[in-house]
Formats: sequence, C-alpha cells, structure tokens
Amino acid sequence: MSLSLLGQYVMNGAMLGMMYALVAVGFTLFFGVLDVIQFSHSDVLAAGAFAGLLAWAALTALGVASPLALLVAVLLAAVVATAVLGVLVGRYIVLPLKGAPQLNVLLATLMAGTVLRESIRLFYPGGSQPQMFPALLPTRGWDFGAFHLRIDNVILLAAGALMIAGTHLLITRTRLGLAIRAVAQDEETARTMGIDFRRVVLITFALGSALAAFAGVMDGLYYNEVFFGMGLLLGVIGFAAAVLGGLGNLYGAIVGGFLFAALQTIGAVALPFASAYKDVFAFGVVILLMAIRPTGLIGERASERV
Amino acid sequence: MKAVAAAALTVAAATAFTWFLLRAESQGAIALLIALAVVAGVALTRVNLPADAPESLTQGLAIAGVAVLAMLLREDDFSLLLITRILIVIVACLGLTVQFGYAGVVNFAGASFLGVGGYTAAVLSRATALPHLLILFCGGAAAALAGTVLLLPVLRTKGHYAALVTVAFALLFRTFLEVNDTLGGPQGLKPRELAIGPLHFNDPVQFGPFEGSFYLRYVALALVLLALAFAFVQRLERSFIGIALDAVRLDEIAAATFGLDIARWKIAAFTLGNFVIGVAGALSAFMIGFIAPNNYTFAESLIFVSILLLGGIGNPWGLSLATAIVILLPEKLQVIQEYRFLLFGAMVILILLFRPAGLVPRPLRRLAGPKP
Repeated sequence: MSLSLLGQYVMNGAMLGMMYALVAVGFTLFFGVLDVIQFSHSDVLAAGAFAGLLAWAALTALGVASPLALLVAVLLAAVVATAVLGVLVGRYIVLPLKGAPQLNVLLATLMAGTVLRESIRLFYPGGSQPQMFPALLPTRGWDFGAFHLRIDNVILLAAGALMIAGTHLLITRTRLGLAIRAVAQDEETARTMGIDFRRVVLITFALGSALAAFAGVMDGLYYNEVFFGMGLLLGVIGFAAAVLGGLGNLYGAIVGGFLFAALQTIGAVALPFASAYKDVFAFGVVILLMAIRPTGLIGERASERV
Repeated sequence: MKAVAAAALTVAAATAFTWFLLRAESQGAIALLIALAVVAGVALTRVNLPADAPESLTQGLAIAGVAVLAMLLREDDFSLLLITRILIVIVACLGLTVQFGYAGVVNFAGASFLGVGGYTAAVLSRATALPHLLILFCGGAAAALAGTVLLLPVLRTKGHYAALVTVAFALLFRTFLEVNDTLGGPQGLKPRELAIGPLHFNDPVQFGPFEGSFYLRYVALALVLLALAFAFVQRLERSFIGIALDAVRLDEIAAATFGLDIARWKIAAFTLGNFVIGVAGALSAFMIGFIAPNNYTFAESLIFVSILLLGGIGNPWGLSLATAIVILLPEKLQVIQEYRFLLFGAMVILILLFRPAGLVPRPLRRLAGPKP
C-alpha cells in the first residue's frame, strides 16, 4: 500500500476515533459520578445535532450568511439542547433510580433514548428521512498523491482534541473538577465535605452531554447528513469504547474510542476477505479483549469489598 | 375450592377478554376494552386473591383457555398469527428468565440467539432431510453452542462489562447476517414448509365439517412447546438448581463460600436459556416462513428484556402477561401505530420509576413447605 493511501486511512480512522472518544468520555463521566450507564447519551447527541440544524435553518431564513456566525449558532444550539436534555435525563430518570438494580437504570435510559429518537423522527419536520447538514467549514484541501487532506477535517480533529483536553483540565485542575472526582471516589465522604451531590451530578450530566453535542455536530459536518437514528450505532460504539477502556477512566475512554476506530479501519483495509466484515471484526475483537481484560484496558481496581 | 374457582374464573375472564380484544374492530371499542383491563388490573392488586390454586391446575386451565381461544378464532388468520407469536415470544422469554431472572447472567442478545435458532432451522430444512421436529431442537442446540463462544468473556466480566459482551455479540451477529451471502444477506432465507410426520403445516386444517386456518397447527405446536418450556422452567426453579441459581444471583461471594461453583451454575443457566431461545427461534422461523437480519436486531433484544422487567423478573406468569401486552397493544391500537415505540419507551420508564418490581412480582420462595 502506498504511503499516501495509508495516510488517507489514518486520517479517516482518526476522525472516527475522535467522535467515538468524545461520546465515550461522556459515558465514562456519568459512570464516574453515579456508577450508571446513561444509555440515552447517544440519542441526546442526535437531538443536539438536530437542534443545531434547526438553528441553522432559522438563521438562514433570517438572512444570516456568514459561515462563522452560523457555525457558532449551530454549536451553541446543539450544546444548550444536549446539556438541557442531559440534565433532564439525569434529574428525572437516573437520580430517582439511584439504588435500583443496574439493569433497571440501563433499561430506563435506553428507553429514554428511544423516546428521544422517536420524538425526532415524529416531530422534526421530515425527521424520518436523513437531513442534509450544511457544510459550514471550508472544504478546500491539499493533495498528497492519493491522500486528500481537507481543511475542515483538520479543524474538526483539532477542535475535538481541544475539547477533550479542556475536559481533562476541567476535571483535574478546577474546583468543580475536584468536586466531580470527589463524588466519583466516594459519594458519602464527598457529601460530608459539603459538596452538593445532586448539583455535581447534574453538572456532570450537562458537561458530558455537551461533549456529545460536539460529536453530533462533528458527525453532521463530516458526513453532511444527520439522521434520527444516527445515535444508535454511535452510542453502542461509544459505550463499547468506554467499557473497553475501563469505565470511569477518562484516558480509557479516549484509548477505547481510537482503538475501536483503528479496529474498524484495520478490518476494512487489512482483512484478506471482504471489508464488509469490518464491524464483525471490530466487535469480535472487543469481545475477545473483554475476555482477556474483564475490567477494561485501563481497568478499575478489581478488588471487591465484602 | 375457592382458589380453584378463582383460578378458573380468572382464566375464563382472560380468554373472553382476549377474544373480544382480537375481534374488536373499532378503535373506540378497543380503547374501551383496554381501559377496562387497566381498571380490572388495578382492582386485582387491591383485593387479595386466594392465589393458592394448584399450579398444575392453573397451567392446565391456561392451556385450555388458549386452545378455546384458537378454536373460536379458527378462521381469523391474523389473530391466530398474533397468538402464535405471543406463545413463541413467551417461550423465548422463559429462556431469558433462566439467565436474567434466576442466575443473574445478563444477556442483551436474546434476539440474536433467536436468530441462531431461526437460521439453523432454515439452513437445515433446506439442505438436509432431517425430520423437522428434530430440526427445532437442532435450532436450540445451535443457539446453545453459539452461546459457548461468549462463555469465557461472560463469566469473567461483571455488570456493565458483561452487558457490553452481549451487546457486542448482538451487533456482530446482525452485521454478520447482513454481509454474509451464503445466508442470504439482507434478503434473508426461506425455510422449507414445516412438516411433522404426515402433517403439513401450511395446508388448511380440515376434519370433516370442521375447517380452520393453517395457523391452528402452529398454535398447537407452539402451545405444546410453551407447556414444555413452562413446566421445565418452573420445575427448574423449584429444584435444588433453582435455589443454587438464586444464591449465585443474589450474592456470588456468599454462594461461593457455601461451596457453590459459580462458573458451573452460570454456564448451566446461560446454555439452558439459549437452548430454549433457540428452539423458539426455529419455530418462529418456520411460522413466518421467511427470515431476514432485520428480524433479529438489538432493538428486538431490548424488547425481550423490557418484557422481563415489565412482567416482574423471574416470574413466568408475569412475563406471559407482559408479552401479550407488548405484542397485542400496538397491533390492535392502530391510532398509536405511528407512536408505538415512543409510547412503549415512555411506558417502560414509568413502570421502572413507579413499579420497579414489574406488574406481577416474583413471589418469595417458601422453603418451609406448604402452608398448614
């Protein structure tokens, strides 16, 4: 394989990996503070993408043409929508089920996701069809042989990396991050230290969901299309990435996201038989890795208090 | 005696109600019937029914109820199809109950194991001359065998990590079916017509003056399978195996300190459950007469899990009720057809929030023997 073609694959894989990592970071944040999987995360993402699309449609109807202003508006709308939805799910579904069996929480949030997804399909104008997502970034690029490097992809990748780095700084360097980590480590001790548990949990839900908004807009800009069911596969892959990396671990989520994208790319490129099996290959490897490292690659401590 | 009368009355009422519901045409009548059922359900939870009728009697009555229902509806293809589907899904959910409800082994790939059974039935009936009754059980065996691939990761992982393993399998299986050309790809496969001995299942039923839809045979076969699976699961629960499985689910460490081999019981429950699901899958493939990857999606698996939780996890009667509700409601209430997933999701959330033990919670095990 030529070097330039390899570059193309690496670039595509990196784009996918960044989206997966952004989704996975959300899963892992929620798991950190509440030990639950918030499975409607990916449909919150889809709702965010559609909110962004709505903002774009509204502004273009008003005659705004500047791509930068539109982009900012789209991002803002998506982030606000997902943050609000994330807080609502956390406040009215996840928190009331605190103490219920894990399975119940998992199912309740899955169903919340179904409700969101169906609401988009039924109530967004034309929502049952894939919707065109506007190209708001410059699409020019440079050619290196067979490798076409597009400016918008570079911007998206860099912005994604910035978002993750920002989240990391927020978690490790600020008072809020300290509170989140304290709640994640030990809820009761955190409470006795005067941390408002509910507030921290809800802020975490807003934060994680806002990251999903970014992944959603990124997905829309990359494929030029959004779809009510777009969260379905993205969510399962994000969940797989978070679990594969080790739940509750920020680095694990990032590693898991890029690893899954790498597996898909390898499956598509390097498998001797049809590349159609790339997802079969990727999920097969995930199952295998879970057998080898049952608590994820960067695992939680495996000891258990009796 | 009072208990027996109550059981008979309940079954008769349920049969009559289902008949009315299946025959009702106007949306108003259907809505009225459903409202009636909700009121009756709420009323039932308020009064204490003498629920101590012998289990075998209740089961016999329930089987008779379904048989009567099928006879009353003998020319109504669609209603009979719905009844058969309900019976088959109950069988599959009984298999899941052994895994989820008794041993606490999560399985989010129920539809995939159903698919393994279905595809096995389709391939075997096309490629070999094996008797079809045997093929049904081959479907179960194939599902159990497919499950062994997941044994190691399922045993080593816990909680969400175990959930991921089965979720990954569900997606893997679905994608595999879609891209695999020998299994028909997205177009799927057609199994051969089900024939057991001289009985050809797709010919109309005719005994002298009696005529009926060909679905009657499927209802009968599904009913037999359901009776077998029901008896099997209930015997399992009451036996020492059931107690061991409960112990494993409730507290692995405590169970291990009492000398229970956790891995062995989990393997047993997972494999048995998958076998039952596989048999259900094989029968459903024969009944639909056409299978495709779209029948075996992750969403379908989630519906099975919802049925378990809705009914009250670990209670075979509860899941039977839940299956009937989940399948019948959207089919009959055409008004909500478009909104059925939305309403279904909302309904499950509300039940999880306000009645987390399900509609009919599993009764506590009475180890002290029957009440004096």
